[in-house]
Amino acid sequence: MSPDLIVVVTAVLVAVPCALLGTFLVLRQMSMMGDAISHAVLPGIVVAFFLSESLGPITSLLGAGAFGLLTAALVEALKNTGRVKEDASIGIVFTALFALGVFLISRFASDVHLDLQHVLYGEIAFSPLNALIVGSVNLGPRSFWTMGIVTAMALVVVLLLYKELKIATFDAGLAAAVGLSPALVHYLLMGAVSVTTVGAFDSVGAVLVVAFLIAPPATAYLLTDKLARMLALSTLLGVASAVLGYYLAASMDVAIAGMMAVVAGGFFSLALLLSPSRGLVANSLRHRRNRRSFSRKLLLARLEALGNRTTEAELCENLGWEAGRVSRALADALRGGLVLKPAAGEVTLTRKGREAATGPQAPVR
Amino acid sequence: MRLVKTEAPPAASPLEVSGVTAAYGSEPVLWDVSFRVPEGQLVAVVGPNGAGKTTLLKVVMGLMEPAAGRATVFGKPFSKARQLVGYVPQRGSVDWDFPTDALDVVQMGLYGKLGWFRRPGRREREKAMECLEKVGMAEFAGRQISQLSGGQQQRIFLARALAQEARLYLTDEPFAGVDYKTEQAIVELLRDLKAAGGTVVVVHHDLATVPDYFDRVVILNRRLVAEGPVEEVFTRENVSDAYGGAVSYLAGAE
Repeated sequence: MSPDLIVVVTAVLVAVPCALLGTFLVLRQMSMMGDAISHAVLPGIVVAFFLSESLGPITSLLGAGAFGLLTAALVEALKNTGRVKEDASIGIVFTALFALGVFLISRFASDVHLDLQHVLYGEIAFSPLNALIVGSVNLGPRSFWTMGIVTAMALVVVLLLYKELKIATFDAGLAAAVGLSPALVHYLLMGAVSVTTVGAFDSVGAVLVVAFLIAPPATAYLLTDKLARMLALSTLLGVASAVLGYYLAASMDVAIAGMMAVVAGGFFSLALLLSPSRGLVANSLRHRRNRRSFSRKLLLARLEALGNRTTEAELCENLGWEAGRVSRALADALRGGLVLKPAAGEVTLTRKGREAATGPQAPVR
Repeated sequence: MRLVKTEAPPAASPLEVSGVTAAYGSEPVLWDVSFRVPEGQLVAVVGPNGAGKTTLLKVVMGLMEPAAGRATVFGKPFSKARQLVGYVPQRGSVDWDFPTDALDVVQMGLYGKLGWFRRPGRREREKAMECLEKVGMAEFAGRQISQLSGGQQQRIFLARALAQEARLYLTDEPFAGVDYKTEQAIVELLRDLKAAGGTVVVVHHDLATVPDYFDRVVILNRRLVAEGPVEEVFTRENVSDAYGGAVSYLAGAE
């Protein structure tokens, strides 16, 4: 297998679980929990690093994932004291755990290859170099195994608990009332996010994994109104960011994981601008269209009230608009055959215009 | 005024609250509250802000551990009687921008019966559609929920409670922020539930409508001020006891 392909497949195996789990983080308005967990698992990563020699990838994943759960539990506990709000709780817990990780690295890991740079930014380009060797058998790239397990786990969680995640996210009160414990669902999700973050740190790093967790779901959210489609779309966007990011990085010779995050951010910006239903462009066009038809209707009604024959200047004064808006609305009505200008400066309604002016007042929408 | 109720107590009341005291921190929100709701009644729970109405619902549903006392549903703790209870939370308690449609929200009422892992199928869809029809919202089944008006959203919530096919319905301010027409439609629905043998408990804010809409009333202000049939206990005296001072809403009530 070519090194290129190994890197791309690894990135895809990071993007898929992140997109699936991130969708629920975004919908639960807990995006910052993803950020917090990705940092707070650092001590877990350090411990896992020491244990992974003897225990293999699965055990260390679970061990490190425990730190993510610890983060979620501590944040919850701190918030429940009623003395600290959720945002501050998150800030306190994750920085404390992150600091513990920094301490562990500088104290115990200074002589092995585990530096902060690596933990924070990852180095996906090395993934072809790390093979998983059991006994003397080469089982292929280590990242395939780690992220393959993580991806399978995320798929199982989301497919098996789709209905539970949905109800706990939309209406935790009802979920609790019908016995589908939202607390259990919350910790399962947090556990899954932790495992994903720990698994992904080696390739994209603890910081950039947040881009994969949040950007594709946030983009998908702008493009659809259905949860199932949001999951699918966000997965697709994550995979596209990974693949496109890799080839862009390769052609420009820049950091691979960074480029992938840039592409994910680029997709988001595009959706924010161009989404047909929620995009800024569509929104402002809709706004302008409404304003135009609103102006036209007001103008016709006022013209009618003024006895159906008046001058542009009088209209201006009567409506209290600046001259530009009046002439724009007039030009608009003229094009629509609603008014006539029999003489310079004079305005009258056509029959069609009179009907439009006196007809039922359409609600302004 | 009779203080002793004459109806024979049924084997197990749909909702019985005995000696419930609950507190957030050291501040008690409910103090030694006891009452018993007879089956097949429309019951309003009223009281000023901070009187503990929502806390009472939380205790009943086992979402909050009382400091003392207990609440039972058909003689059992809530966790053993979930299937008998339909719940309608406050409309404002959920995010209406959630990516889903009206039919899907109604289907959520069936998730409890499905239990863990089982996915809703065709039967659940049909059942949910039936409930949407009952609240007159069938044509909005596929509508994104943020595109619904407040009154329509409230009806979706009621349809969801219908789907739960419960015997006791707990509803938290179903009339909040809906127009007159919707309010009448909701009252009709609550009466239908009662006619079908259900018991409906409503956390309610509008004192003026209590005599029109409800059979019984629970008047709370941290402690229980009064509980019983509306015509007996919904008096100027009891209400001003709970709300403090003169209450002008009560011009018609006596």
